[in-house]
Amino acid sequence: MLHFSSPPRHDAAEQLRGEVRAFLAERIVDRTPLQRAESWNGFDRGFSKALGARGWLGMTWPKQYGGHERSSFERYVVVEETLAAGAPVSAHWIADRQSGPTLLKFGTEEQKAAILPRIAAGDCVFCIGMSEPDSGSDLAAVRTRAERVAGGWRVTGTKLWTTNAHEADYMILFCRTSGSPADRHKGTSQLLVDMKATEGMTVRPILDLAGQHHFNEVHFDNAFLPDGALIGSEGGGWNQVMSELAFERSGPERFLSSIQLLLELIHALRGSDSELAQMTIGRLTAHLLTLRRLSRGVATLLEAHQDASTHAAIVKDLGATFEQDLPEIARTLVDAEPDRESTRDLLAVLAYTMMSAPSFSLRGGTREILRGIIARGLGVR
Amino acid sequence: MSDTGALLLDMTERLLVEQFDDAAMRAARAGEWPQDAWDAAVAQGLPLALVEGEQGFGVPLAEGLALIGLLGRHAVPLPLAETMIGNALLARAGLPVTEGVIALVPEGAGITLEDDTAVGEPDRVAWGRNAAALLVEDGGQVGLVTSGFRTLGQGSNLAEMPRDRMAIEGPAQIALLPGTSLLEAGALVRALAMAGAMQTLVALTVAHVTERVQFGRALSNFQAVQHSLARLASEAAAASAAADLAAEAFAGASPQTTVAIAAARTRISEAAGIAIGIAHQLHGAIGFTEEHRLHWFTTALWSWRDEFGSAAHWTRRLGQAALAHDKAGYWPFITSV
Repeated sequence: MLHFSSPPRHDAAEQLRGEVRAFLAERIVDRTPLQRAESWNGFDRGFSKALGARGWLGMTWPKQYGGHERSSFERYVVVEETLAAGAPVSAHWIADRQSGPTLLKFGTEEQKAAILPRIAAGDCVFCIGMSEPDSGSDLAAVRTRAERVAGGWRVTGTKLWTTNAHEADYMILFCRTSGSPADRHKGTSQLLVDMKATEGMTVRPILDLAGQHHFNEVHFDNAFLPDGALIGSEGGGWNQVMSELAFERSGPERFLSSIQLLLELIHALRGSDSELAQMTIGRLTAHLLTLRRLSRGVATLLEAHQDASTHAAIVKDLGATFEQDLPEIARTLVDAEPDRESTRDLLAVLAYTMMSAPSFSLRGGTREILRGIIARGLGVR
Repeated sequence: MSDTGALLLDMTERLLVEQFDDAAMRAARAGEWPQDAWDAAVAQGLPLALVEGEQGFGVPLAEGLALIGLLGRHAVPLPLAETMIGNALLARAGLPVTEGVIALVPEGAGITLEDDTAVGEPDRVAWGRNAAALLVEDGGQVGLVTSGFRTLGQGSNLAEMPRDRMAIEGPAQIALLPGTSLLEAGALVRALAMAGAMQTLVALTVAHVTERVQFGRALSNFQAVQHSLARLASEAAAASAAADLAAEAFAGASPQTTVAIAAARTRISEAAGIAIGIAHQLHGAIGFTEEHRLHWFTTALWSWRDEFGSAAHWTRRLGQAALAHDKAGYWPFITSV
């Protein structure tokens, strides 16, 4: 039976919560509800540096790499508070959550010394080079190849749906270093790509259905990467990527990225005696409290170095469903059309969230992939 | 979990497996009082397992409450949850504990507590016919009633567990119950039992789809079945998380205990509906029969969802508590639970 651990009471984390709230109240006071609704798509290097200056990035990493050696519960508090407030976290998000931990675990001493302190300072943006035109959910079908050459690697291939590639300082590239796509998991590796100084690489924007530019296509045409680019072991890419994904799938972002809509809805419904409003907000609140409990349970398992991949898949699947329900439920309670240009915050936030919602069960593992993982965890696959 | 807590859980699990084979479950559902099983539970000291302080086992309440989940996992046809939480509340209120069956009559059941007397005709009292004592609630006070009550009419919930109409006019030892209410405590034990029963739905369903062969292969090989099963397990996990949240708030005397219990009852009610639907769907026709044990759990869930406050009651209360905050206060409210 799947067991989600009880998150322990953590006094230092609760004290930190007050500090983070006070900082955010001042720092992002001018952000409109619509800007807050952008959540982890809000890109602001200045904000990330300010967070880094407070010691709130790379929090759990060793001090020798610019980290702060604090517990993952304290990091969790910073993450959930910044998300709940609608702070622009996109410039540090990927690096702090997964690229940094990947480098810490598998990176060379040189990579760690050069890059981790910059991430912890909020001064280093990462993107993730996993998906490809023919390799989405089926990650093992990766075609992008890195060939050994004198002094390094030559990379050829195309990465797709690469969030922030146009802003990023680095990419962690998942690619094939031997064999062919038929070899599946074998022969894959992770390489560090300097996005500002790699010749033979081009980044092309892909607009999403709301006309926004977060995604990119990244094309490598015989691009040269130096010897020191290899992260971890050659051929060990698949296992490295899998260990990364439990962190990607269970965090508070998996149920908090639409919370601004819930807040606007509560703002609009407050003071009404409507029983429908009470019942609806009651139900949504019960879901939110439960998701937070589940997610903190996974954080507790990860802190204890236990395998939590099935648990993480459950959190992400339930979280995505909750977030996709939100705009559908909100629109049944308000007498107006979703409108991105509206001066009524609720309607603008509703429009934004509605147009983002399809991605919730795609990003970071589709619903179908997650349910397959859960079924495997139950022993039926 | 402490060694004592783990040992208590382990011993209780063995007792339940030993006492409630299929024949015993069927006899209890047919209306037979399982006296031997009750005696065994008393011999093991279960009625006092949740009592804090010297009279109890010395197991922390948060751990002891796991026993209620275990009772739910076995859909135990005994008033153990009621008696265990009843004694915990009696001890909290400074009233004497008892090893006999305790029936709970919470606020809203129409009891008047006045001049050391309890009066009322509550309906749907769980295991009322078997009760040696009643713990009743009125206006923030609780009363222990050990005489002057009788059963007016026998009824049952959907799982064939006794739910009786009682007449009460008897002497009551009245006291204040600090930090919680009888309704809330009853709601909590149902939440924990439901989370336990949903774990059994997962186990039964996994076993069935693994064994059952159609079109030449086990049902578990079909992706549609796997994905339904994943959804069932996710809802069961959500139910457990919600129940644990409530149990910890209750055991830790959190100021947000009511909110946590309301959230648990709301979320579990929805989870149970989804889980029951999937469990029956994946069991096919055999799961819809009297013969198969699946319905012991699904019918219990259908009833428990609305005992000690309906799901609608708890959802409304949670909504009211949430809407008491503006948009700046809502998130701090969430993190305070």
